[in-house]
Amino acid sequence: MPLRYGSETAEHQAVRHAAGLFDLSHMGEIRLTGPGAGAALDYALTGYLSTLRPGRARYTMICAPDGGVLDDLVVYRQGEQEFLVIANAANTAVVYGELRSRSAGYDAAVSDATADYALIAIQGPAAAGILGPLVSMDLGAMKYYTGAFGDVAGRPAWVARTGYTGEDGFEVFGQPPDAVHVWEALASAGASAGLLPAGLAARDTLRLEAGMPLYGNELGPDLTPFEAGLGRVVRFDKPGDFVGRPALAARASAGPRRELVGLTLRSRRVARHGYPVFADGIQAGTVTSGAPSPTLGQPIAMAYLTAGTGASNAVLTVGIRGETVPAQLTELPFYSRSR
Amino acid sequence: MSIPAELRYTQEHEWVSVEGTLASVGITEYAAQQLGDVVYVSLPSVGSAVTAGEPCGEVESVKSVSDLYSPVDGEVTEVNTELDDDPSLVNAEPYTAGWMFRVRVAQDGHGDAALPPDLLSAAEYEELTKSAG
Repeated sequence: MPLRYGSETAEHQAVRHAAGLFDLSHMGEIRLTGPGAGAALDYALTGYLSTLRPGRARYTMICAPDGGVLDDLVVYRQGEQEFLVIANAANTAVVYGELRSRSAGYDAAVSDATADYALIAIQGPAAAGILGPLVSMDLGAMKYYTGAFGDVAGRPAWVARTGYTGEDGFEVFGQPPDAVHVWEALASAGASAGLLPAGLAARDTLRLEAGMPLYGNELGPDLTPFEAGLGRVVRFDKPGDFVGRPALAARASAGPRRELVGLTLRSRRVARHGYPVFADGIQAGTVTSGAPSPTLGQPIAMAYLTAGTGASNAVLTVGIRGETVPAQLTELPFYSRSR
Repeated sequence: MSIPAELRYTQEHEWVSVEGTLASVGITEYAAQQLGDVVYVSLPSVGSAVTAGEPCGEVESVKSVSDLYSPVDGEVTEVNTELDDDPSLVNAEPYTAGWMFRVRVAQDGHGDAALPPDLLSAAEYEELTKSAG
């Protein structure tokens, strides 16, 4: 996936107002099959995946025994005994290794299926209209966070209504030899609607506006899901033990040490990853992601601050290469689509 | 990618156009493409002194921020205020409407602009961009 095909701002706006086409084939896919696959995932992940119905998707996480986040994941249940786990590219080896070892006591087979899939995402308000005529299934009946097997441009694929942009959209998991054919069919079908191929730069500004965390920025092994405000992915209500349960329970009852907040700047200068955030002049945290928001027309950022800073009414500023720039606390997400 | 033959260049991807002792400065098309969409350009103030090879401003793009270096020694006489309203000119027309600032350069013994000896020709700059991949 390139950083950009042309202008990343034009690619971003295409996704917000028409559609964008993303080559996400670098993402990792790990397959779990067998009668014990659901129970294995219940033990290995924070979610309650055995209750997921076939054809459904769920956002979840895999944590270390100390509660630190090893990756955030989307899990599809493709059949009664078939699950597909989508991992960030840089974490695929770790996730695969952990899923293998954590599944050892279960009647489940784990395989790294990354090379079996080419992943193409079509995202934006025009996505359903562009993809619909090219697929064998009824996209109108496909709800958000569901998926189905079918044909796309005549080639077999798993199609899911999921994405990472804050817009309606679909992800097409096809076979690598079909990828160019499917890409070209979608690009040509979408051209008149304003579809553009979109790169990593647009993907990052889209997910940031939508308040979605990026592993390595807002999530990492030194953070639990609670710091990121995503404690809901930890399902203490599921039966039995799961990796990280005691540490996560302790964190849940003690409360997070840090809080993830949204910041908006009235400035031309952009707060970027690693810049310090001050509350009443004293450093209270660090920017994790920042960019000029194409939708809002001003710089936005996410930052980890000492817990309680947001509610303290302290005056927040960001240090931008020697300059102190006022920042306004902004509820996440910065952007949500009208439904 | 365009590298106009009549301009001089720096290792830091600025271009210089010299008329008499007045040097106009901008960043190259290669630099603009590497940066991506430019959202803000911070320029030296008119009347300030700039030094060749020293940072004198910043170019902020969607993905990154980079120092802007002066290619020459002298005094800033003019800055491109159009960039304040439309920084995308740097991407669209890096060698013309996207120019950044002008510098009055000192004269050498012949009355010509005294330019640093290490400015690159178009051919040399093209080699640089090729070796940078």
